[in-house]
Amino acid sequence: MIVTRREVLTGRALLLLLMAMTILPFISLFTTALHQSGTYPLGLDWPSNPQWGNFTRAFDVAHMDELLKSSVLIVAGVVPASLLIATMAGFAIGHLRMVGSRLVFLVFLLGLTLPFEGIITPLYFQVRQLGLLNTRWAIILPLIGLFMPFSVFWMRAHFVNMPQDLSDAARIDGANTRQLFWRIHVPLAMPALSSLAILLFLWTWNQFLLAIVLVDDPLKRTMAGALGAFQGQWGTDIPLLCAGSLLILTPTLIIFIIFQRRFVAALLQGSLKG
Amino acid sequence: MARQLPDTSIIDSSQPGSEAPAVLSAVRSPARRVGLRTGRWVPWMLVAPALLVYSVFVLRPLALTFQYSLYDWNGIGPSTWVGLDNYVRVFTDPDLVKTIAHAFELIVFFSAIPVLLGLAIASTIRQIAASRLAYVARTVLFLPQVIPLVAAGIAWSWMLSSTGVVNQLLSLIGLDGVTRAWLGEFSTALPAVGVIGAWVLLGLCTLLLLAGMSKIDPTLYEAARMDGAGPLREFWHITVPSLRQEIGVCVTVTVIAALAAFDIVYISTQGGPGNATMVPGLQIYYLAFTERQIGAASALAVVLMVLVLACVLPIQRLTREESS
Repeated sequence: MIVTRREVLTGRALLLLLMAMTILPFISLFTTALHQSGTYPLGLDWPSNPQWGNFTRAFDVAHMDELLKSSVLIVAGVVPASLLIATMAGFAIGHLRMVGSRLVFLVFLLGLTLPFEGIITPLYFQVRQLGLLNTRWAIILPLIGLFMPFSVFWMRAHFVNMPQDLSDAARIDGANTRQLFWRIHVPLAMPALSSLAILLFLWTWNQFLLAIVLVDDPLKRTMAGALGAFQGQWGTDIPLLCAGSLLILTPTLIIFIIFQRRFVAALLQGSLKG
Repeated sequence: MARQLPDTSIIDSSQPGSEAPAVLSAVRSPARRVGLRTGRWVPWMLVAPALLVYSVFVLRPLALTFQYSLYDWNGIGPSTWVGLDNYVRVFTDPDLVKTIAHAFELIVFFSAIPVLLGLAIASTIRQIAASRLAYVARTVLFLPQVIPLVAAGIAWSWMLSSTGVVNQLLSLIGLDGVTRAWLGEFSTALPAVGVIGAWVLLGLCTLLLLAGMSKIDPTLYEAARMDGAGPLREFWHITVPSLRQEIGVCVTVTVIAALAAFDIVYISTQGGPGNATMVPGLQIYYLAFTERQIGAASALAVVLMVLVLACVLPIQRLTREESS
């Protein structure tokens, strides 16, 4: 490719600028978090006397240990169940293609662009009727349902591309549908499944609306919901709020950095398909 | 479809390069009969759990939203049938109309800016897309997608506050006169909220478009350069037309994010000052859970869902048809 030197340099500069803009809010959070609790510092200002203790204090007042436990429980309730249910449905719709599978797929497509605010009101009354208000089930069960259109869509897209020959060969060897599914297709679907798992994990962990509407106790919410409550309670103490926000971000950031390749791939594919 | 065409599949496997062994293709037609022998109910059993959770937690509430929207109900007492009154209110009550107008105004910030800026940035950094710097950038630019929107809201509320980084930078370049509490003033609050959305979505759009650009045949650019085309003409005549599908995806994702904005607004302004940043998502929440006007909240919810579909479906049609 014909590339001029000037183009490379402009590209570099622009990329660096863009990265700086992306990181700036995090740096501002960090420097502010080190200021004396209760003060109102400048947005970007390294304190003469960094208050590292703000982080431990934020850890205590936010009950970080309990928050982590709560979010992990919610993720554990949502992600594996969604994966299993969606894989089964995607397999039937995309690979077995029974009569009526197109219609079923269309019904799921209907929910693909649904904003959660659209159904949050009846969802509240329904969850209340079920007696699940203020429990983690109030977040887990609706989320499995709300993620179903995308998950089924995702898994169907995988199974549609699996050759029928593969199943035929397995059938000749005497496999029934259950064996065909578990022994052949689930192992082959692992890349699609792991990307979906990452997306579902993120969307659950960061879910806010359901958490604030359906669960009053911040300690039974998702991380995002708890952060909202933390802001409500400590919003006036800026350094402490910044420290708390950073702490609440840390687990996601750690997981993101460990699995960054998969994350980036999953997010790019996820938005392309959705 | 595939299973009623045994002869085509044999033709398939006889083609060079086909992966199916000849032995298999010879016995394939009986195999299909074996396949058909599996009970018809098996696929339905597999779909049943998905349909069940989806029906209970999405389809039923969806139907109920329509039903509630036709009643006047405070959530506790008896409800009265009011027909389309709630919808009339959504389209005539100035406060509610303004809410919807705000959602469209946010599209400028959530969609137009990230997509246009993303296109410009991606085409500028296209040549260095394989470099080490670009690799690091990929991780960094994804950060806003990974963190909860709530955190983006908190960080940016602080950035945009009177002593925040934004004002610090403005003073630095001599623009002391324009510094203000951006989220606190009527005229600047909504654009300021928009900026937060633009920050969240710019990285995603840039990377999606960049990924699309890497699929464009480089000889196209070579040819253009030979013919003496400058970067601008390259951009309009090669890059943009080839990226139709990716642009469609970016627009779809960002328009939904704008129309259904909730987290960022809730955290940064709560709809204020006054009603300056009230958006449909937040208004639904307030109507339903603080003002206890379930009917009006539901009517607005229906309008929001229809709006999303009305915006997304044409975009999908446009990009799908053109690309095929």
